[in-house]
Amino acid sequence: MFAVENGLQGDPRLKVISDAIRVIPHFPKTGIMFQDITTLLLDPVAFKHVIDIFVDRYKHMHISLVAGVEARGFIFGPPIALAIGAKFVPLRKPGKLPGRVISEEYELEYGSDRLEISVEAVKYDERALIIDDLVATGGTLSASINLLERAGAEVVECACVVGVPKFKEGQCKLKGKPLYVLVEPSQFDELAL
Amino acid sequence: MSGNKEEEDPRINGIKTKIRVVPDFPKKGIMFQDITTVLLDPKAFKDTIDLFVERYRDKNISVVAGIEARGFIFGPPIALAIGAKFVPLRKPKKLPGETIFEEYELEYGNDRLEMHIGAVEAGDRALVVDDLIATGGTLCAAINLLERVGAEVVECACVIELPELKGRQRLKGKPLCMLVEYR
Repeated sequence: MFAVENGLQGDPRLKVISDAIRVIPHFPKTGIMFQDITTLLLDPVAFKHVIDIFVDRYKHMHISLVAGVEARGFIFGPPIALAIGAKFVPLRKPGKLPGRVISEEYELEYGSDRLEISVEAVKYDERALIIDDLVATGGTLSASINLLERAGAEVVECACVVGVPKFKEGQCKLKGKPLYVLVEPSQFDELAL
Repeated sequence: MSGNKEEEDPRINGIKTKIRVVPDFPKKGIMFQDITTVLLDPKAFKDTIDLFVERYRDKNISVVAGIEARGFIFGPPIALAIGAKFVPLRKPKKLPGETIFEEYELEYGNDRLEMHIGAVEAGDRALVVDDLIATGGTLCAAINLLERVGAEVVECACVIELPELKGRQRLKGKPLCMLVEYR
């Protein structure tokens, strides 16, 4: 579900957030309009809006674990975790986490990749939130859900700053889990050059 | 203040006890300092951030630069608390816009750190954040990137220092604040 459909219609913070995201055309390859959240991070007001909206939503949902997808999920996940008193668990590319890990493969357009979680990070039946900056195909988030569930957690929701419109009402679940998105992708403004 | 370890603060010991040392990772002979176990303890994680925020909130820091990837975990909460912008310093080809890069040495070969052009401006007062300082090579590259665009690097902040690797001496005279030493 998008925030605007779920209680935040007319909330001026959503426009501030959307306007702060820069679009880079044809990155990493031709045809992709890349949603660059680094410009949002340069605006402390806009960055704080993102965190505040997520914290308001999750602080009463008894979430004990916030999992962030490497690397941009590491930027948004920890401030949320700190504010709601949850632990933060990084979901990482292969070989980065020490100790015992479990890994999940997921498909890319060409080939596949893997995400890992530390097995000791999760207690059985913990209520977990998964964070990433953007959801497009849902492949990475689906792999993340699998990892958390295999580790014993209950995934309550997935949350992203940006999401493609197909995740609006009616198609807003990933592996049966709800998905909460703040804004749609920004449009490329040629006049801004 | 230069090279200040917050020795007196009782929160430090709580953080230190949460760091997990993993032998022979990523390769034999390395005693890996695993901070993910600190992140599993909300109080220890909060204490880590609070200690840095208390130190920097009145120093007019306008930008917090975090080094990929574990600097992304500690940098943003500090930036949000002190009202500074957050700038990610990344491995090559991750940042989508125009970038500048700085090369630094690894044990075998080189690597590069990149920063978006326009993210940091001349006159910005910068804090560089990473989870750990070892040889200081990555932090030195970060300082160079920030200085090249005219920012003033006020300090480097790390949770852990490995003092025997003398990284502190590679920071171009910039002070280092760390919380926990590992010898």
